[in-house]
Amino acid sequence: MSRPVTKDAPATAAPSSGQVPMLRARGVRKSFGSLEVLKGIDMDVAAGEVVVLLGPSGSGKSTFLRCINHLEAPDGGSIHVAGELMGYRAHGGRVHHLRPREVTRQRRDIGMVFQHFNLFPHQTVTQNVIEAPVGVLRRPKAEAKERAHELLRRVGLSDKAAAYPRQLSGGQQQRVAIARALAMRPKLMLFDEPTSALDPELVGEVLETMRDLARDGLTMVVVTHEISFAKEAADRVIFMDDGRVLESGPPSVLDNPSNPRTQAFLKRFL
Amino acid sequence: MATAHPPATTRDDPEEPEERAEDRADGNGPDGSATSHLDVDVAGAAPVRHPLRWLAIAVLAVLAAQLFHFLFTNPNFEWDTVGAYFTAEIIGKGIATTIELTVIAMVIGIVLGVLVAVGRMSANPVLRAVCGAYVWFFRGVPVLVQLVFWYNLSALLPRVSLGVPFGPEFVSHHTNDLITPLLAAILGLGLNEAAYMAEIVRGGLLGVDPGQTEASDALGMSRSRSLRRIVLPQAMRFIVPPTGSQVINMLKATSLVSVIALSDLLYTVQSIYNRTFETIPLLLVACLWYLVMTSVLYVGQSFIERHYARGVTRNAPQNFWDFALFRRRKRVHTPEDQAPKEPA
Repeated sequence: MSRPVTKDAPATAAPSSGQVPMLRARGVRKSFGSLEVLKGIDMDVAAGEVVVLLGPSGSGKSTFLRCINHLEAPDGGSIHVAGELMGYRAHGGRVHHLRPREVTRQRRDIGMVFQHFNLFPHQTVTQNVIEAPVGVLRRPKAEAKERAHELLRRVGLSDKAAAYPRQLSGGQQQRVAIARALAMRPKLMLFDEPTSALDPELVGEVLETMRDLARDGLTMVVVTHEISFAKEAADRVIFMDDGRVLESGPPSVLDNPSNPRTQAFLKRFL
Repeated sequence: MATAHPPATTRDDPEEPEERAEDRADGNGPDGSATSHLDVDVAGAAPVRHPLRWLAIAVLAVLAAQLFHFLFTNPNFEWDTVGAYFTAEIIGKGIATTIELTVIAMVIGIVLGVLVAVGRMSANPVLRAVCGAYVWFFRGVPVLVQLVFWYNLSALLPRVSLGVPFGPEFVSHHTNDLITPLLAAILGLGLNEAAYMAEIVRGGLLGVDPGQTEASDALGMSRSRSLRRIVLPQAMRFIVPPTGSQVINMLKATSLVSVIALSDLLYTVQSIYNRTFETIPLLLVACLWYLVMTSVLYVGQSFIERHYARGVTRNAPQNFWDFALFRRRKRVHTPEDQAPKEPA
């Protein structure tokens, strides 16, 4: 019952049914010690699609997200991003772990926004945004700064370029973190509960920034508890529980979910 | 005690007069007599008196007077001799040796210490074990023993050579030509210091939020880049204060090299008073110079700490002279008036 549900996912992922999906996960498993957190996740995300992962705490959403950019190494199954196998190399019928340096290269194309922002506190906002483009992509500093100012304008923080992260509110910090991730021009953006650490009145500004990115056609996988964001910005909503995908479909499933456990989960937000 | 702090007695003094307790209840209770009790302006309130502090000051003043009397009237100090030697050239040479040793040993200690600390946290189990063993050994043997050991290395290894293991030798030297007292001192102090610095650096690295490494991983930074640019600068905040203590310790520990006849500050004054028997005044010269040098280090440390406090507090860093003169921070800075002052 639980696994085949995703098979009908490509029906809603209409925009690029013939192309290589931006994200293709098959049978992803992950255990921490004896605790099996992911019990075989299948998922396809097309380019330009915005997918929201919903589910109770401990359902494996964040772990799956962290497997996508190989912050956690999955124990089984496979994850392809833009057609490239993440973290491993299949060669002559055998699979090898990639070297750390190769994993590092793969991550450049995947942006990630964390629950606790994880800005670099010893650097100013601008330095945070240009750190990776200059240091990793070897972009000229002037060009990177120009792009940083453009991105900061986009997230509405042009006046905070010289501030240090701790001088900003949580919402402002998270918007800087989004700008920092965008500075790498990622193909895919991962959001790990981006508003969970924010005061309620600051959630709106971050969600507005994310909606803006969604409208611009950025491919996004978002773990969140903000049902309103899922309804307004998602192309597809995926429910996870106990390490499995329960249900998947357009945001309209939020109004009448078919799975009883999804119903129980959603009831708590209404 | 009870008379010294009248307000403090109200809670635990069982013989507290009844009417005082009622007095308070009246003032604070909801049925307090009138709004006049609530209508208070705290501006110009009399400060709490501290009579015990004045007593302490009086006692200390007497003790200080005694000390100064002792210092200036006891002829055994021979202050004129102290003055004569304080700026003597030979003492200056000893100071130069002390500073040279401190700097070289600390540089070795810090560089090797960072490498050993990173090695101890490496994913490579062989490297971890080797670095762990290094710390275990060099921290476990007294530095004085290490100094004497390096100095006497020739007794163990008469010749040192470079070549293929168990095969032909390319270069060969007498150990005694190679290990001069200076080199023995540098090896003994530096290698020992590296073991302590490794633990300090490791503690600092562990103090940085693991989210910082994750963020740099997610941005596609290499391990070494993330360490250099993100983790180490933040760890510096935890590393600098104990390292400052280590430098001061090292400055004093260099006096141990007098046992291997290296003419540092202590050995120099010893060699003079062994001739002239002006033991106390010459030891005072050494003490005063050690104090001067450690004071300079103390001030320098505060500069470095302020540098690495960037972005840590919302307030502006404490003004240097306020810090040096133990003045308390008075002005309150807003984040806005500080941000533009911090150049990249």
